[in-house]
Amino acid sequence: MIVRLIAGVPGRGLALLGALLAALTAAPLFASDYLLTVLILILYFAYIGQAWNIMMGFAGQLSLGHTLYVGLGAYTAAALFVHFGIGPWIGLAAAVPAAALIGAFIGFLAFRFRVAGVYFAILTIAFAEFARLGFDHLSWTGGSGGLFLPVSQFTHNDLWRLRGHPVMFYYILLAATALAFLICRALLQSRVGYFWRAIREDEEVARSTGIDTFHYKMIAVVISAAMTSFAGVMYAFYYNNLFPEQVFHILRSIEIILGPIVGGVGTLFGPILGAFVLTGLAETLTAALAALGIDLPGAKQVFYGICLLLVVTALPEGIWPWLSRRIGLAEKSQ
Amino acid sequence: MSALLSLYGVSKRFRGLVAVDHVGFEVSEGGIFAVIGPNGAGKTTLFNLIAGMLPPDGGTIIFAGERIDGLPADQICRRGIGRTFQIVRPFPALSVEDNVIVGALLHRRHVDSARAHAHEVLRRLDLYDKRDRRASALTLPDRKRLEVARSLASDPKLLLLDEVMAGLRPTETDRMVAILRELNRETGLTILLIEHVMRAVMALASRILVLHHGAAIAQGMPADIVRNPAVIDSYLGAEALS
Repeated sequence: MIVRLIAGVPGRGLALLGALLAALTAAPLFASDYLLTVLILILYFAYIGQAWNIMMGFAGQLSLGHTLYVGLGAYTAAALFVHFGIGPWIGLAAAVPAAALIGAFIGFLAFRFRVAGVYFAILTIAFAEFARLGFDHLSWTGGSGGLFLPVSQFTHNDLWRLRGHPVMFYYILLAATALAFLICRALLQSRVGYFWRAIREDEEVARSTGIDTFHYKMIAVVISAAMTSFAGVMYAFYYNNLFPEQVFHILRSIEIILGPIVGGVGTLFGPILGAFVLTGLAETLTAALAALGIDLPGAKQVFYGICLLLVVTALPEGIWPWLSRRIGLAEKSQ
Repeated sequence: MSALLSLYGVSKRFRGLVAVDHVGFEVSEGGIFAVIGPNGAGKTTLFNLIAGMLPPDGGTIIFAGERIDGLPADQICRRGIGRTFQIVRPFPALSVEDNVIVGALLHRRHVDSARAHAHEVLRRLDLYDKRDRRASALTLPDRKRLEVARSLASDPKLLLLDEVMAGLRPTETDRMVAILRELNRETGLTILLIEHVMRAVMALASRILVLHHGAAIAQGMPADIVRNPAVIDSYLGAEALS
């Protein structure tokens, strides 16, 4: 199992990954509360970025409404917790299939009727917007007034009910990010992964090479939506409040895709690197501005814009393909 | 030998233009069959009808005893018809090896066995040493061979080759001819090719169909076709006789 897991990874790559994992595992011992929340945010975006990357980077299907699955996961688990006292881990058993089902529905509509490219992207935005408006009026989940999870003073970390210190969330997200990395790698190197990349490169040729493109695109959407919804559940229990205007807002979808684009769409490590670069630098900027006593609302958004501009013009494939070549760790085929 | 592929009265119309006009022919199992004709004669459209990229407006296409006209391209490929494209379309960002693995995975569950098969095919097409290159970095002759390799890796019973010789130098053409002959002889692969390079057609084909304005104007053995007055008139020109 372990041999298979690391097969084909150069030794230096393994060493670097190991060092990174060790550093991240040890980080809460040294990190301040503020740094910890930044790291949580980074891991959160690294995880979702990987999930989104399955659809866009591997299978070539651009989703601009991925926050839909975050929101569905968040609302399903949170509502079950608030109304029935059902814990998040059992809530996951409802949240993940719910997101996967909606993903399958959107995928079915689009792929069955040959909605592709930009039109597919618009469709994904539309469904996220439907959800935003729908949840605004759904009183069972608090409507536009929001859904709140009961918060009490933490005396201990309750892993089962996800009530506790941010450190707990940090380790859950770290494990999820590492697991997502392994899942993505296994998928990319499997039969499905080859067919996805063929579809991404040229769908018509893929079809005439015998690939049932509808079937494999559906698999990509369902896996991506299901993985994304897990992050939604964590979001709900970490922030303890959900507002449709925030959760389903298109800006959230954009934030999700910035990391992978900056890091390298379609690569395994790109989404993780992108999350570190973007979220890490943006938070540094915010902290630096605060320390200098400068109040600049929107500075983060401008920073994201500049980053995107730089990457798109200088490194259109993203930072990781360039960096990996520089340090001799290029992924064989991306 | 029995017919692997039979077309009866196959037609395709693009608005007012009749691109393929009641074309019928049979490709016998293990044979090499060539379709020739001037540009715009409907050769590629005919291929697209067989391969399922376009549905025919009329007629019947039977492959290995079953009707396949109107089926989608992926189903037709899974039944055993592989194809190449006139304007080559390898998966550009994938390596040469990965391109061929995609084809090999069609009838193989595991990537390892697909890779082993892909290596075999790559060796046969002189691409093994270039297997780690990106497909987009290959020269045109190599990309043409890669298309054949990807298609071949999916173990087709019938291979449709759309002008694989076009743009190749004479020595490269001879090499391709040799490879295709070898495949046909050793694996019994049936080949249907569209070709302008008569040198290759004459070297390969056991039967030829000539299309002109969408209609079949002649069909027969190569030696007879090149002497057919209608074919000389519409396509080959008198110099082909000398």
